[in-house]
Amino acid sequence: MVPLSYYLVLSAILFTCGVTGFLIKRNIISIFLSIELMLNGVNLSFVAFAAQWKALSGQVFVFFVMVVAAAEAAVGLAIIIAVFRTRETLNVDRVNLLKL
Amino acid sequence: MIHLILFSVFGIVCVAGAVNLLVQRHPINSALSLVVVMGSLAAEYMLLGAEFVAAIQVIVYAGAVMVLFIFVIMLLNAGEEEQTRGSRVAQLFGIPGMLIGSALVAWVLVERSGTQAVPAGALPGPPKTIGWLLFHDYLLPFEITSVLVLIAIMGAVVLASPPRAVQQSKKES
Repeated sequence: MVPLSYYLVLSAILFTCGVTGFLIKRNIISIFLSIELMLNGVNLSFVAFAAQWKALSGQVFVFFVMVVAAAEAAVGLAIIIAVFRTRETLNVDRVNLLKL
Repeated sequence: MIHLILFSVFGIVCVAGAVNLLVQRHPINSALSLVVVMGSLAAEYMLLGAEFVAAIQVIVYAGAVMVLFIFVIMLLNAGEEEQTRGSRVAQLFGIPGMLIGSALVAWVLVERSGTQAVPAGALPGPPKTIGWLLFHDYLLPFEITSVLVLIAIMGAVVLASPPRAVQQSKKES
């Protein structure tokens, strides 16, 4: 028997790791990976609450989060490729102008 | 007891992978440590009795999304990330902020919430029940996500295709 709060603490740690990576990373792909880490942390708390309240809706919402994450990854990586094609860099500090 | 041991083992692997993602400088190492995080999260889902979610975690997330990431990292030949002044300021504020934030959240969750224990495999979550829910109660959101995925596919194709001027010059030459 594991208390629900342990799962929530694990989920919170994963989420804060994702936020920190979002702040300290300078590579645009690493920033994107941090966003995926945040989504995973949220999914864990969804499933933990679903188990707590015996409600399967939580798992259905995890399914939706995964669909949105997959769509986001496809579009985001396409944007990264487009940025790399025009700027020749992946460092977000060098992508600071709207015009070329 | 064995449930708690399994939870701790996979939780430690999970947090170690997340911290490794932050520490590594090369994006491919970060991506592979995210695969470790996703795999151990799938084990946590199995402990919660969510077999369907564990399966799609491995198939969709670790299988499809992360392969896409690694393809792009290799395609763009991403090297080690370079440090700038902004990143040092971000580290100075970000890491203490993260530690304070997670300590605060953990304290509130452990001390203040009257949550009961979750037994192993507590949730009868076979794929059949989830599919029934998905096509009855959540039919409209499900259809909307199909439109969303279609838009994402078209957006990705449009964004990633080379600019028109390049295509025309290639045709002429």
